[in-house]
Amino acid sequence: MHKITRTDTASSVVGLSNVHKSFGALKVLNGVSFEVNRGEVLVLIGRSGSGKSTALRCIDRFETIDSGEIVVCGHRVSDPKLNLRALRQDVGIVFQSYNLFPHLTIEENITLAPCSVKGISKAQAKEQARRVLAQVGLEDKLHQYPEQLSGGQQQRAAIARSLAMQPKVMLFDEVTSALDPELTGEVLKVIEALAADGMTMVMVTHEMGFARGIANRVVFMHHGKVHETGPAAILTSPATPELAQFVGTGL
Amino acid sequence: MGGSLNANHLMFLGYGALWTIGLSLIGLLGGGIAGFIVALCRISPSRIVRLISTGYVQLIQGTPLLVIMFLTYFGLPALGVTVSPLMAAGASLTIFVSAYLGEIWRGCFESVPKPQWEAAEGLALSRSQRMMKVILPQAVRIATPPTVGFMVQIIKNTSLASVVGFVELARSGQIINNSLFEPFLIYTIIAVIYFALCYPLSLFSHRLEKRGGPARIELEAA
Ligand SMILES: Nc1ncnc2c1ncn2[C@@H]1O[C@H](COP(=O)(O)OP(=O)(O)OP(=O)(O)O)[C@@H](O)[C@H]1O
Ligand SMILES: [Mg+2]
Repeated sequence: MHKITRTDTASSVVGLSNVHKSFGALKVLNGVSFEVNRGEVLVLIGRSGSGKSTALRCIDRFETIDSGEIVVCGHRVSDPKLNLRALRQDVGIVFQSYNLFPHLTIEENITLAPCSVKGISKAQAKEQARRVLAQVGLEDKLHQYPEQLSGGQQQRAAIARSLAMQPKVMLFDEVTSALDPELTGEVLKVIEALAADGMTMVMVTHEMGFARGIANRVVFMHHGKVHETGPAAILTSPATPELAQFVGTGL
Repeated sequence: MGGSLNANHLMFLGYGALWTIGLSLIGLLGGGIAGFIVALCRISPSRIVRLISTGYVQLIQGTPLLVIMFLTYFGLPALGVTVSPLMAAGASLTIFVSAYLGEIWRGCFESVPKPQWEAAEGLALSRSQRMMKVILPQAVRIATPPTVGFMVQIIKNTSLASVVGFVELARSGQIINNSLFEPFLIYTIIAVIYFALCYPLSLFSHRLEKRGGPARIELEAA
């Protein structure tokens, strides 16, 4: 366990140190520590209920922690006086469920936050919407409503919406789990392109092949702890029997 | 006692019906504005605001509208505030409607799926931006059928304003009956008029429910 110090926050974008979190009597995070440096892709894996989503949600302060420390882009997330909106301008998050705003067009979905939060002009925001949509291969969907898009397209649009805020780190929680198998590929490709562009990312995924290809670091969570961590190679040659069993089952 | 039902009586009933509509609109407008505030308070992040608004809703929902009418019309003058029947009826209805619409709308806010709230939060929108730009437009779509449905309750409940001497439809029927003494005929006419006011609204509400709200209709047209 290593305490995050001021000196290594220079390259550290996300740092969790000895994080504990319970829901009532249920201990979900039991001393979790890991660190993500600029440009790195960290992949969180583990069985259902092992606390992956909770760890991710704590990073963006969708959950508050009981003890430990989380520092994200210089924001002390565990500090009660945290400037929440400043944190969330630096962090983009995409969830499993498609959550584009159904009453807004794709363009409006994307321009809403940059206009309201960053106060940039409508014209500038629209220009940017075109750019991020091109990045996810949806430049022709500007004026469609979310329900007119396939699930895969909706997830790509949701990624574009996050990108428009120019986050310093992106969090993905099983963004392909709700998709038909033939649609996951197009979303994973977008994420791969982001990684190639140098975006810092933390993602939860069950796609092991994808994880092997993209991860700079893998964190295997088990019973609320980081049970094993290392480069993507640990997925093919695990050190602990638990990880061996986990990758063995193909889950 | 006297005579039979004539055009003058029908005119009088017509005025009564207009006042019923007018009073309903006052209740809808006043109660709608107050109810919106109640709904916002019910989902406020502040515990104390939530507690107070919950207390308000429970208090009003646990009090018959009739008693609220008595309180405003007879109770307030005892405290030195005189009110006209229209003011008493309008204020009572506003209070009554605010509690019920507030609850209906709170439910509508809360039935906007949680991922929508979180997505809006994740984009760093402020609370008021989230409410106005993300949650409210979706809640309005959900709220329209039950709100139109509740307007039927408002119309029917205006009949209680007769107890404070407000001459709306039910009261004007009573007055005519006092001189004609044809209760079956007159109250049948009254019932038919209430039905004519309420039924189109129920029908419209059901249709909205089936179609999934007005926003969807616009989308289909586009
Ligand atoms: N808001 C909550 N209230 C109570 N319990 C919760 C809450 N969120 C999560 N949990 C519980 O915490 C445990 C860990 O949940 P979490 O969602 O972090 O797991 P996960 O590793 O993401 O699992 P999955 O692979 O199924 O998504 C689970 O037992 C879950 O039921
Ligand atoms: Mg999860």
